[in-house]
Amino acid sequence: MDQESGAASSAGSFISLTEHEQRLYSALHGRCQADAAGKLSSGKVAELFKASQLPPEALHKVTEVCGAKRLGYFGTPQFFVALKLLAAAQSGLPVRLESVTANLPLPRFVGLKSEPEMRYATLPASIEGPGAQCGAAPAAVSWTPADRSTSRHPEANVEKKEPRSPPRSPCSSPAHSPLTYRSYPYAKPKDGADSQMTYESKQSPRPIAKLEQQHSSPMNYGTKAPAEHPAMARASSAERLAQQGAGDSPGDDPWRITEEQLEYYTNQFRSLQPDLGALILGAVAKHFFTKSKLPIPELSHIWELSDVDRDGALTFSEFCTAFHLIVARKNGYPLPESLPPSLQPGFTQQEEDIPDTPESAEALIVFEEAEPRPNQMDRSIIERIQPSLATTKQDLKEESCKKAALACTHTVKRKTRTSKVYTIVPPDHFRKEKKRGGDMLGDNASLTRMTTPQRKQTLQLGAFPERPEPPQHLDPQMRTKTRPRSYSSTSIEDAMKKAEEPPTPPPRPQKSHSRASSLDLNKLFQQGAPGVKSGWPLPPPALPPRPSTSQVSHFINASEKTPPNKVQQPNFADFSHFREEEESCVKPEEPGPRSRFGPSTEDLTNASKQDVCPSQAPQKPVRRKYHPESQNPEAAPPPAASFPPTAKPAQKLLSGQKREIQMAIRKNKESNAVLTRLNSELQQQLKVVHQERVTLESQLEPLRPLAST
Amino acid sequence: MAVCIAVIAKENYPLYIRSVPTQNELKFHYTVHTSLDVVEEKISAVGKSLGDQRELYLGLLYPTEDYKVYGYVTNSKVKFVIVVDSSNTSLRDNEIRSMFRKLHNTFTDVMCNPFHNPGDTIQSKAFDGIVSGMMVQSG
Repeated sequence: MDQESGAASSAGSFISLTEHEQRLYSALHGRCQADAAGKLSSGKVAELFKASQLPPEALHKVTEVCGAKRLGYFGTPQFFVALKLLAAAQSGLPVRLESVTANLPLPRFVGLKSEPEMRYATLPASIEGPGAQCGAAPAAVSWTPADRSTSRHPEANVEKKEPRSPPRSPCSSPAHSPLTYRSYPYAKPKDGADSQMTYESKQSPRPIAKLEQQHSSPMNYGTKAPAEHPAMARASSAERLAQQGAGDSPGDDPWRITEEQLEYYTNQFRSLQPDLGALILGAVAKHFFTKSKLPIPELSHIWELSDVDRDGALTFSEFCTAFHLIVARKNGYPLPESLPPSLQPGFTQQEEDIPDTPESAEALIVFEEAEPRPNQMDRSIIERIQPSLATTKQDLKEESCKKAALACTHTVKRKTRTSKVYTIVPPDHFRKEKKRGGDMLGDNASLTRMTTPQRKQTLQLGAFPERPEPPQHLDPQMRTKTRPRSYSSTSIEDAMKKAEEPPTPPPRPQKSHSRASSLDLNKLFQQGAPGVKSGWPLPPPALPPRPSTSQVSHFINASEKTPPNKVQQPNFADFSHFREEEESCVKPEEPGPRSRFGPSTEDLTNASKQDVCPSQAPQKPVRRKYHPESQNPEAAPPPAASFPPTAKPAQKLLSGQKREIQMAIRKNKESNAVLTRLNSELQQQLKVVHQERVTLESQLEPLRPLAST
Repeated sequence: MAVCIAVIAKENYPLYIRSVPTQNELKFHYTVHTSLDVVEEKISAVGKSLGDQRELYLGLLYPTEDYKVYGYVTNSKVKFVIVVDSSNTSLRDNEIRSMFRKLHNTFTDVMCNPFHNPGDTIQSKAFDGIVSGMMVQSG
């Protein structure tokens, strides 16, 4: 070693060698069995050169440039120059003497046989030594504070040795992981030597100092001293195995979690939370991941990526994802903008039933709402419900949302909500969900979390009414999932809410509800239902003084009959009443009914003001309406009798038109009745949600640090 | 559709502010700042039923000749302000509401992140993404 160091220093006078390089070169020098005269065994040198994985012509160039060719042998200076040139060639620089002066990373050698010698030779200096070996250290050493790390390093290296040897053998571990990004000189007896070379050359420009700094910030999460070694060993072995697979296919998915890594993550999870099915709270996870010494914005981003259900806590799979991302980041991988497919929650084998089932159940609810829509939907829905998770989640969501929305209106119109039982999923689920709405636990273990996005979509829409914009809200990577808000009553109403938006606009424009009075009613309704509805759900019942006045009364009657079933009959009755009225009112009596309808509109406004409990309030005006209506028929026949002769021809024309209009109006009224009911329910939900939000925010307030200056 | 979106903390300092025509940023900062007065006024005015009945969506705060300013306040007195170009008349109230809803959702997500301290400026890429999505279409 003295000889070597002497040689190194002498060589170092010729070219500048860093301390690390000196050590490496000395070791290699020793390896090459220099004889007394300082000549190196050409065989060994040749072997070393081959191990550098450079093309033969490069090697020839190196030999030539370093002067060994001229000399006929490799003296120490030539050897060192050659090593420098090898490093240059590996980093892609031309093989020239000028390259020698460049600040190069250490040359890397693959598949050197006398591994143990190298190891021992370099071990004393290994910490800062060959950057290649350096790569293992940061990964293996624990994330303890820096002061402890130095003491750990020799231990870590020792630890590394043992795990190193098993993977040494041509191990066929197909592990791919971001850890494979690290290249190691002795990793691969396998084929991937070339690919690994590319890895190395890719990495060599990377500052080695960074690797060295990472000594103090490696994988292990500060478990206690005795536990650290096994953990470190495991970590290092995990990475070792991962590296084995590195050379295989560098293009492979680095985001996949290997078995080793999964095992490691499991142990880490257990150290935080013994129950694998439980959640790690955000604060605990924060403390844990902060030990990784990654910058906080990156950790924040990792959290965003991995907490897919947005509940502020990590399930086991989320934890694995986060941990994996951290590992990747520490190994130099840039953080992805969105969750890679192999890290998405459906990928991991673990599935927690509890957080999953409500979500999946609600997805089912969406589908069951969609089902009653005849024909077309069934197949598509059945297809969708099958947990074909990986692909087209977005399409699923969008289509299901739209169609669920459309289907819901039909459902609502035709029958009450509780009637149907759907066959896609065991009927029990739906019955339960329908009735209770919230107790969906434990039934849908089969559905994985991939249905979460759909559920989220429904929840998101349910919490706040939206237009047919749900598809636009869906990010390709399921980022728009809302958190689990109150499951209980939101689900059905969510789907129903969606039902509102798409179909209802068409009826409205058809009617000529363009009067200012419509705005008044909107405002009134808004006062009665703050914060939930905009003007449109209650299309202005007050209508132009044209035949629409009759429409108003129709509308009122319809809107007040909340069960759609009953809507039909009284409307018929009303129509008959109004037809009589209209016929009578056509000519001279138009002002009459209009005046009568004036009070009726006022009734409506009164009803609207009381609309907080729409089921009750609207009925009053109905009754009131009936009185004038009952009066009207009485009054109508006499004037009708008097006027028929003159009014008949014109009346027929008008009545024909009016009938058409009334038909359309009836439909409107039905939908309006439904919507009013939905309105009220949603308002109630909103109150619940508001209350929840208030409590949450009030809880958040004290937690806020003293930022409120 | 928005030209500028801002999130303002309870103490009336901005947590996040972003505008599309970056050359006029100062003007938007000023606009948002002045809109805070209107927000305060609206909050204090709604005293009839405190608590959850208080409207979160404040609606049009005030219009100018160039743009309109909409406001939204959460229960923890965090305010969202959206500035919209006046020429963009196709924007309806519902759409503004939905924008606020999205903002609120994303904001809650950011708050749930344990690495985010309440009171810090918002540095979430997801939040940025959502905001950009809302602003891209504007002229």
